[in-house]
Amino acid sequence: MCLGIPGKVVEIYERDGLPMGKVDFGGGVIREACLAYVPELQIGDYTLIHVGFAISRVDEEEAQKTLAMLAEMDMLAGELPDQPGDGED
Amino acid sequence: MKYLTEYRDGDLTRRLLAEIRATVKRPWRIMEVCGGQTHSIMKSGLDQLLPPEIELVHGPGCPVCVTPVELIDRAVALASRPDVIFTSYGDMLRVPGSRRDLFSVKAAGGDVRIVYSPLDALKIARDNPAKTVVFFAIGFETTAPANAMAVLQARAQGIQNFAVLVSHVTVPPVIAGLMEEAEVQVDGFLAAGHVCSVMGYWEYPPLAEKYRVPIVVTGFEPVDLARGILKLVQLLEAGRAEVANAYERSVTLEGNRPAQAVIAQVFERCDRKWRGIGTIPMSGYQLREEFALYDAERRFPEVGQIAAEESSLCISGLVLQGRRKPYECPAFGRQCTPQTPLGATMVSSEGACAAYYRYGRQRQAQAIQQD
Ligand code: SF4
Repeated sequence: MCLGIPGKVVEIYERDGLPMGKVDFGGGVIREACLAYVPELQIGDYTLIHVGFAISRVDEEEAQKTLAMLAEMDMLAGELPDQPGDGED
Repeated sequence: MKYLTEYRDGDLTRRLLAEIRATVKRPWRIMEVCGGQTHSIMKSGLDQLLPPEIELVHGPGCPVCVTPVELIDRAVALASRPDVIFTSYGDMLRVPGSRRDLFSVKAAGGDVRIVYSPLDALKIARDNPAKTVVFFAIGFETTAPANAMAVLQARAQGIQNFAVLVSHVTVPPVIAGLMEEAEVQVDGFLAAGHVCSVMGYWEYPPLAEKYRVPIVVTGFEPVDLARGILKLVQLLEAGRAEVANAYERSVTLEGNRPAQAVIAQVFERCDRKWRGIGTIPMSGYQLREEFALYDAERRFPEVGQIAAEESSLCISGLVLQGRRKPYECPAFGRQCTPQTPLGATMVSSEGACAAYYRYGRQRQAQAIQQD
């Protein structure tokens, strides 16, 4: 219940005076959500949905920054020997 | 899905684990407050891949688990009324009250309906004007904006046959409560990323300072969790009791201001009893006087006076405070399983007992799997 799920806004409309939208969670799952708390959301944006409400916009720039930072760390860590207990894929 | 699969990358997680191993020098007890994170840690096997210096203990952040038994009993009493349609998130149905659970009320013919969002409950109220629709408004700060909006919408749309049974809890007071307990020994906290998506993390620096404990805002995917743990270990090893954000793509310092404003409009802070833990001052939300009409406990005052009893075997209170691991409970996997739960921590998918049972925490370490 408490888990937020990120999805992509694919449609925005209004109902009962509330901004609503359709959010694509991938794998063919599309659900309706209330967008009132993140009014800046645009079609194509990623958002975090909680019990039918968008609670934040997933910041693409920050997401990329984190991934880039991790990729950099990857290169450093690549020089470390493999550790036991890592398991395999 | 973008920004989900990237953060489940097994390779990145292993690199982060190597970095954690290279950083850690001393033993640390780290508590992830949120049950969703407990679940994710167990599922990915992260707990077994961390260096032995790091012990993860699991916190009280499972709203289903900490909803007091009295409120479950009240929910059962309300759901049993022929003039009520009782609506709830699905995971509340099997939570044991002192005598029954909501599921058994439903099985006996009570009108109990599972909804995904409180707006669904509001729609049921609109479609059934002859009944009162009660929604079980539980959760942390993550669900509070949704529940507050449902109440505001009921008022705006003139829907009077809608009420909420409120059992809202908040994170910062329980962190303080845990740190005040001598038996609870936690060196650092992973703060729940989604709570912070709503609330920001401006409430945490005073806690970090007062209790000399670092707090790192952390997401839910394996890469996020490993990053949060790494950041926390760096702070711990450096002796810095600071707050850091390791979930930048969703969390800002100030959080979601519109959501905070609506929470404050509809709810006020109150003392709240946590199942198994006890009353924590100012740790919950209740409806403001202005919204009394939508308060199920005021609308049906006769369900307020119920004396409740807990199973004497269940030690979920200690589990919820990180003082015992689920397998240390004598009933774990014996009298108590997800099919026959004695305590709420075995019912909820976010409960530590259920997570330990489901992911068989006696098993060998496995690789971080890609979903
Ligand atoms: S295993 Fe069952 S009885 Fe034991 S603490 Fe967990 S929920 Fe309670």
